[in-house]
Amino acid sequence: MARMKFLCDADRCIECNACVTACKNEHEVPWGINRRRVVTINDGKPGERSVSMACMHCTDAPCAAVCPVNCIYTTADGVVLHSKDLCIGCGYCFYACPFGAPQYPKVGNFGSRGKMDKCTFCAGGPEADGSKAEYEKYGANRLAEGKLPLCAEMCSTKSLLAGDGEIIAQIYKERVMKRGYGSGAWGWKTAYRETIES
Amino acid sequence: MVCFARFARLVIGTGVLLLLICAASPSIAQQVNPTASSVKEQQLLQELNRVQGRVSIPDQRSGVLEQPAGREWREFRNVTLHWIGGVAILGMLAALIIFYLTRGMVRLQSGRSGRTLVRFSSFERFVHWMTATCFIVLALSGLNVTFGRTLLLPLMGHEAFSEWSQWAKYAHNYLSFPFTIGVVLIFLMWLAGNIPNKVDAAWLKRGGGIVGHDHPPAYRFNAGQKAIYWIVVIGGGLVAATGYELMFPFYLSGIEGMQLAQVVHATVAMLFMAVMLAHIYIGTIGMEGAFEAMGSGTVDVNWAKEHHSLWLEQENARTGANDARTQPTAAE
Repeated sequence: MARMKFLCDADRCIECNACVTACKNEHEVPWGINRRRVVTINDGKPGERSVSMACMHCTDAPCAAVCPVNCIYTTADGVVLHSKDLCIGCGYCFYACPFGAPQYPKVGNFGSRGKMDKCTFCAGGPEADGSKAEYEKYGANRLAEGKLPLCAEMCSTKSLLAGDGEIIAQIYKERVMKRGYGSGAWGWKTAYRETIES
Repeated sequence: MVCFARFARLVIGTGVLLLLICAASPSIAQQVNPTASSVKEQQLLQELNRVQGRVSIPDQRSGVLEQPAGREWREFRNVTLHWIGGVAILGMLAALIIFYLTRGMVRLQSGRSGRTLVRFSSFERFVHWMTATCFIVLALSGLNVTFGRTLLLPLMGHEAFSEWSQWAKYAHNYLSFPFTIGVVLIFLMWLAGNIPNKVDAAWLKRGGGIVGHDHPPAYRFNAGQKAIYWIVVIGGGLVAATGYELMFPFYLSGIEGMQLAQVVHATVAMLFMAVMLAHIYIGTIGMEGAFEAMGSGTVDVNWAKEHHSLWLEQENARTGANDARTQPTAAE
């Protein structure tokens, strides 16, 4: 089984935000929620870098560990998914997440934060693969159709890589070797307790 | 001659230029390193323990790219808090059971006089019971968030446990409002009687009415009750303030602030529950004649004489009682 991961090659990201738009459109993500976003660090200064970030589908995911109703689980592919039927909207996953991935449709509306929403690695939820119920709650299940996450698939500079961790790490390593530089796999140490040596 | 010299100069000059270009080009390639000045993730994390930038989507809070601080919070929520809660609550329960088995109920030494006096007005009792009812629901629904996954989820199953937790969360959020009002009213209506004074020091020295075996004099509230009062006011204030911070995310602070708020909220709440167990114990099976103060609002004169002699004196002076039998005698 593959161990799915995301990798953003910050030296290639041009902050076009196409991944953000593709994600919103593919999954009909509700207003106010962005499962993926592009953050530009040191904007306008020398050495600025943009990183596209969503749920990293962490190893030993903190969100799953702190959930009071245990509604977050890791699939055999290493994708972290959750059940919106079980979620009580308490906000604990969002205190624990290092990447700001969990979001709520009604933040600030006391007592009724809606069901948590986050990136699914285009793998839907606990419902039957490709079902209407799954699509309405979590969006498309591309993984079940044999496709990788849309954000990475349509990335124009191939900055955002998604897929088996070992394969995308190999692609990144080769790039770094060929061009002679690389600012590293952002978030990997925090999410997977390992980084890509190059 | 002149022509040849010019030609030679040109050849030499071109040669030198070519040599220079050849020599220079690899060094140019080496100098160009686009990441030389680029931001480094590990460096940013070491400096600030977070990576932050600019986003072009409307949600500016999503500009925080990475904040591994959630790990420490996770450790607190999943390990430390379980210990704090377990030790405080089970420890207090065990202590109370042992205390009850050795000391038993503190009896009225002189029996009941059959005459009563008003201790708490109906308004005071209403505020007390409103706050108490809210507290119990808040405590149980709060404990559910911390211990439910371990203790109840295996028994109830996923669907039922989620359903119950959802309702518990609503109760926790909405009952916080009457609870907070109750704490504010308690603070205001009993403040005058709860300023610590010299009598309290003497009362504490003699072990109070329940640990020691005598009846040190006390005004309307003894040192133990004053301690409960201040625990309710300060502890209640803290859980209310931190609770509202969590209920209205990002109004007061970012994620770190909310993590800290949850740490304070949960720790204070666990200790609060332990203290309230002791309060409930003394008010019910721990002391004869105590419950009726908050039940019917009146207490037996002998109870007042034994536990709140100075208060009884004040009450008698106020109502102009001249009955010799109600004159308090300072218990020795």
